Amino acid sequence: MIETRGLRKSFTTRQGAVEAVRGVDLTIDEGEIFGFLGPNGAGKTTTLRMLATLIEPDGGSAVIAGADLRTSPGEVRRRIGYVAQGGATWDDSTAREELVLQARLYGISKAEARTRAARVLDGFQLAGYADRKCKTYSGGQRRRVDIALGIIHDPRVVFLDEPTTGLDPQSRAHMWDEIRRLRAEGITIFITTHYLDEADALCDRVSIMDNGEIVASGTPAALKREISGDVVRVGVASPALAAEALGSAPFVNKLETHEDSIRLYVDDGASAIPLVLRALDAAAVPLGTIELHRPSLDDVFLTRTGRSLRES
Amino acid sequence: MKLLRDTWLIFQRQALLLLRNPVWILVGVFQPVMYLLLFAPLLKPALGVRTNAEAYEIFVPGLLVLLAIFGGLFQGFGLIAELRAGVIERSRVTPVSRLALLLGRSLRDTVSLLSQAVIITLLALAFDLRVVLGNLLLAYLMLALISLMTSAMSYGVALAVKSEDVLAPLMNTVAQPVLLLSGILLPLTFAPGWLQGVADWNPFSWAVDGTRALFRGDLGAPAVWQGLVIMAVLAVAAVTWAARLFARSVR
Repeated sequence: MIETRGLRKSFTTRQGAVEAVRGVDLTIDEGEIFGFLGPNGAGKTTTLRMLATLIEPDGGSAVIAGADLRTSPGEVRRRIGYVAQGGATWDDSTAREELVLQARLYGISKAEARTRAARVLDGFQLAGYADRKCKTYSGGQRRRVDIALGIIHDPRVVFLDEPTTGLDPQSRAHMWDEIRRLRAEGITIFITTHYLDEADALCDRVSIMDNGEIVASGTPAALKREISGDVVRVGVASPALAAEALGSAPFVNKLETHEDSIRLYVDDGASAIPLVLRALDAAAVPLGTIELHRPSLDDVFLTRTGRSLRES
Repeated sequence: MKLLRDTWLIFQRQALLLLRNPVWILVGVFQPVMYLLLFAPLLKPALGVRTNAEAYEIFVPGLLVLLAIFGGLFQGFGLIAELRAGVIERSRVTPVSRLALLLGRSLRDTVSLLSQAVIITLLALAFDLRVVLGNLLLAYLMLALISLMTSAMSYGVALAVKSEDVLAPLMNTVAQPVLLLSGILLPLTFAPGWLQGVADWNPFSWAVDGTRALFRGDLGAPAVWQGLVIMAVLAVAAVTWAARLFARSVR
């Protein structure tokens, strides 16, 4: 659905040229939620704005929903939706007016635009406020209007720049549901985010971006698997006995003994836990607690860049 | 065809938002009426004319051109607010004509200026101003061209600077000499030779002369067609320039 090769963009500032995006290759399949994860300033938004025809790339190529970005940006515009980070509604307009206008800017007739606006307002549970001015909406409601504006013309791909930034946890969960609903309707979704949990929970595949380059790509699960396997932490009254029972087990890569627990480094925590329980049971070591720690996308980022995403 | 449709869409929306804010109508009419009531009476003795009607014949066209220039030049502020709200970017991801994004807005400004002009002309009629309808319509055409040009210029500058803090002093700096050198408030017939020479380089002084000739009933005066041609050329130039900025990246 989206295929880019060597996409580049640099900006000139007073401090000199800044290479915001340095050769991005992406392949995004139809019907997936694809996430662009990275710290602020990594080049995510610049890449998105290039793909949405808002800024022209310095180099490279991209084909989006079958249209070539460099040679037919007009065709790309017809096939995509784009929702900017800062929102796009006007205080004194109503959601319905905004939606009808947006549809008509895509060349849709007045009657059809009204029908679509009504349908989308229902879909996003906005019908109750549709005729109130946008300035009266809550953050979450206004964000839903933004997304509705981005899909009013039935695009095949929609770009969402930081769709949940600034939302409270409940609105955020609601927004995730909306995004999954769009995928169920067959729209390919490309989001940027700097939230690890969002990339993990929402995205089918992610690319991690840092400093204008992609440092890792894959499904969240596969990326994390590449790291170092899982850690099983076993809380016991006598760590020495537990260590003895498990020290020579073949599935344990490494074992650390702590004051009231042991930590086992294993390839796959889910299959290791029953084995741990059985070994402890056989050695008659009473079990206090057992926890599974899986590597997070932050660990992936840390491995690839030497920094933690939370710190940058 | 697509350009017309898109322009109409943008115009409609902008006009709707303008009408939703009734304060504008008050302010837009209040100021010129004050000029008409409080400033114009000084003119009969100052200009050395015999009747009020003659004084208004000179003053009203100048006042209308002044409104067209200033009304247009400060439209950019609204656009900066729209940029900040993300409305412009939202339009730019659609296939809408970039020229329509500008024209729809500038035409809204032109229509609102013309409605102000009509109100002021009607009031001036009460003060014994008399003008031939055909001439009046040509004068309105002149005003429309001025307003189209200054509002397009203002939008272009707004897109280039993207900040109210830069736009305000910039527009004031442009407006002041333009105002003084156009003989808007007092005709430049009283000006010393060098000042008239400088004013000849101010396109708006041609527009003012032309509009005054029309109000005087002097349709054949060269200032009429010269003013119209100069304003038309500049309006096309300003619109072309600003529309290109709409097409280029704006944040």
